[in-house]
Amino acid sequence: MQKIESLPRRTFLAHLVSSSAFLIGARAGVLDFTGATTGELVSDADKAAWNPNVYLGIEPDGRVILVMHRSEMGTGSRSVLPMVLAEELDADWKRVKLEQAIGDPKYGSQNTDGSCSIRDFYDTFREAGATARLMLERAAAAKWGVAAAECAVANHFVVHTPSKRKLGFGELAVLAKQQPVPKKEELKFKSAADYRYVGKDLPTADRDSLVNGTGIFGIDATMPGMVHASIERSPVFGGKLKSFDDQEAKTVKGVLQTVTIPDLSGPTMFQPLGGVAVIANSTWAAAKGREKLKVEWSASPNAAYDSAKFKQTLLETVRQPQKVVRNVGDVDAAFARATKTHEAEYYAPHLSHAPMEPVAAVAEYKDGRVVCHANTQNPQAVQDTVAQALGIDKKNVECHVTLLGGGFGRKSKPDYVAEAALLSKAVGKPVKVTWSREDDIRFDYYHTVAAMYLKAAIGEKGKPTAWLQRVAYPSIGTTFNPAATHAEPFEMMMGWNDVPFDIPNHRAENGPAKNHVRIGWLRSVANIYQAFAIHSFLDELAILAKRDSLEYLLDTLGAPRIVKLDKDYINHGKSQDQYPVDTGRMRNVIELAAEKSGWAKKRPTAGRALGIAAHRSFLTYVAVAVEVEVDQTGRVTIPSMEIAVDAGTIINPDRVRSQFEGAGVFGASIALMSGITAKNGVIEQSNFHDYRVARINEAPQQVNVHIVNTSAPPAGVGEPGVPPVIPAICNAIAAATGKRIRELPIGRQLG
Amino acid sequence: MIQLTVNGQKRQFDGDPEMPLLWYLREELQYTGTKYGCGQGLCGACTVHVNGKAVRSCQTPMSSATGQSITTIEGLSATASHPVQQAWRNHDVPQCGYCQSGQIMQAAALLKEKPKPTDAEIDAAMKGNICRCGTYQRIRAAIKEASGQAVKGGR
Repeated sequence: MQKIESLPRRTFLAHLVSSSAFLIGARAGVLDFTGATTGELVSDADKAAWNPNVYLGIEPDGRVILVMHRSEMGTGSRSVLPMVLAEELDADWKRVKLEQAIGDPKYGSQNTDGSCSIRDFYDTFREAGATARLMLERAAAAKWGVAAAECAVANHFVVHTPSKRKLGFGELAVLAKQQPVPKKEELKFKSAADYRYVGKDLPTADRDSLVNGTGIFGIDATMPGMVHASIERSPVFGGKLKSFDDQEAKTVKGVLQTVTIPDLSGPTMFQPLGGVAVIANSTWAAAKGREKLKVEWSASPNAAYDSAKFKQTLLETVRQPQKVVRNVGDVDAAFARATKTHEAEYYAPHLSHAPMEPVAAVAEYKDGRVVCHANTQNPQAVQDTVAQALGIDKKNVECHVTLLGGGFGRKSKPDYVAEAALLSKAVGKPVKVTWSREDDIRFDYYHTVAAMYLKAAIGEKGKPTAWLQRVAYPSIGTTFNPAATHAEPFEMMMGWNDVPFDIPNHRAENGPAKNHVRIGWLRSVANIYQAFAIHSFLDELAILAKRDSLEYLLDTLGAPRIVKLDKDYINHGKSQDQYPVDTGRMRNVIELAAEKSGWAKKRPTAGRALGIAAHRSFLTYVAVAVEVEVDQTGRVTIPSMEIAVDAGTIINPDRVRSQFEGAGVFGASIALMSGITAKNGVIEQSNFHDYRVARINEAPQQVNVHIVNTSAPPAGVGEPGVPPVIPAICNAIAAATGKRIRELPIGRQLG
Repeated sequence: MIQLTVNGQKRQFDGDPEMPLLWYLREELQYTGTKYGCGQGLCGACTVHVNGKAVRSCQTPMSSATGQSITTIEGLSATASHPVQQAWRNHDVPQCGYCQSGQIMQAAALLKEKPKPTDAEIDAAMKGNICRCGTYQRIRAAIKEASGQAVKGGR
């Protein structure tokens, strides 16, 4: 058991922090140019005439096959990362064919999570492209009997510059294969001025198929002879199957049989919850049959879970001293000296990911092997999880990755793929599992609930001389270790032990909490509630000081400098030298967002005002200046939002803009309306009528994204937009109405 | 026996008359461009045209589809060149793309009824279609473009 537990846990932690150990796998794949001997020939690229590395194949007809090993869930990574390789190879984009990789450790991490596809694979893809380019040039030089220095790649050809002779990639593929693999030191990278793809708004690879309805998502995947399953699960987390009666269910036309999935035991991880599956010849018949099941569940200790009461438990926790996770100066002494202090409590609820496409997978178990197609963010976790559930080797799990109809972290937990594989083994046919929206909302790996307590000592000009921040929430760690009590270091990293304000006395603490539902990571993770509390409280202090919120924020941020954090600060697995916490870059985005919003000229009018907040997460600096309008009934509308982004080097600006436009909407949902509650251990929401997300008339009407032009190393894009949106909206509401939002969602609090 | 027309082709169905049109389109005819999102008419991912009007196929039992003419995203235009689809491409609207078939079908039906919709009319017509990725402002801009109006906003 210990062994089984340790592997997914390590894998999971590795992806969240992008540990260097994990990346070596990726490098090895690229730098091992023995091609065929690195593994099975599974991809078209592997099988190509020349397969210089796991991500690339070149055919004699000149086709360049680029393997995309990350999942496409809307962030554009499938379209954008190949641009990096095509750029360094100087391939003709029109002759590039993208191929989606199956799950295979030879690609390095495939967990499309943590906003790291570009950040962690940018160098790898550049090197892969530059290496292949150099080998093509040398192959041409050898064929012509000229110096390699006289040959250069230009748009899918190698040209002998003096004689203008040229040879196409296809003609050179087999010759290039015989060239020795150059050392990394020999590689020459294109200069940014020569870029044809990087930095350009190339359309996404899947655009056309998504506009004509032919794109294949997990829910669309089929296998010959497959049957459909709908699974009844314990409404309370941890409830076990006591008995069930399927007589009536089996009378439904199209229902074939029922199958029991074993109760979850041991750590939650990504294993199925267990339950009773109705197998039928259509999704509809399976769902209808399931409605007619009579199932009894044993009591679970979580049946006492009441999220309203739990909120009080968490608040009591943060009112008491807790484990110190960062300390600067002496907060207690400063509080003792202070003539004025201010304190506040904040609370944020559970959230559900609610991707538009629920989780879905089709799997076939045959002769000890599983072949599956799934809307997964992490096909290697599918291999691990299915292998564990079925007691087979992970090498015998072949996971094909479809398009994902949203992911937001839900689809990196492949419990649903294991369900399909277990059911296929039981019925002897391929089985398709499609979660209903109700399943999705009621059985999620929920974004955790959190309570925060903040206290500041107020000095000259209302500036904080001491700052204490305490937080408690059930940790994601509980999903892997039921005994976990405190937050994991990677959760603390997300806007809690890295607050960059220039305050001489500063202490961050973390208190214990127990989980009663499955806890998972959701887009932006712990940054959501931690940034909400930190940046709202700072704005409280600005108002208390009767100072302009922007000016107070910049003053508290302090002079441009590098904030040195503890050496064990995770920093998404990157060194603080390469990716420092730089308040100069933070100040820059704050000033940019403020300028674009017209901060200096606009004055709040009744019910209408600007708010601002800035947050560094996923190594990216983001500032949000937002205008809100609160009407007489307390309804909030958001006419405009300006987001300034410093995410380092940018590959495709349009995909960066689209991610931040979306972050404005995702953040507005969290601020205004989304929340999951539990009573008697049962989740009270079930669909979009009670788990509300922003619609077109509720979302920010216009989000303008302003990208800082920099050559700093690439950082995250998918997630860092969300955290500052929420406090920015709340700060604008405070400016417009005088009402401070200390609990999410805002809902009817202003009515 | 239920008789209906789907994307111009006559079809017959003799299964469960209560089954929503959505599942018939997806699983019997393999028109998988029409998506399941909520099963309750709350999200719009399953939007198709029934006699030219935008309808939630998850709320349309097969019994009520008798004699109707159904158009799915696959049948909106033989060459995917409906003005709405063209505008969607121009604005690179989709992120994950899952809701976009429904969005496009809803928008196409809107333009049939109101060839030059205002922002408010767009919001009123499109508010039943959820996009969790948050592509709303590009949807609005693309509808403006498809209707030949000046586009402000968008990306």
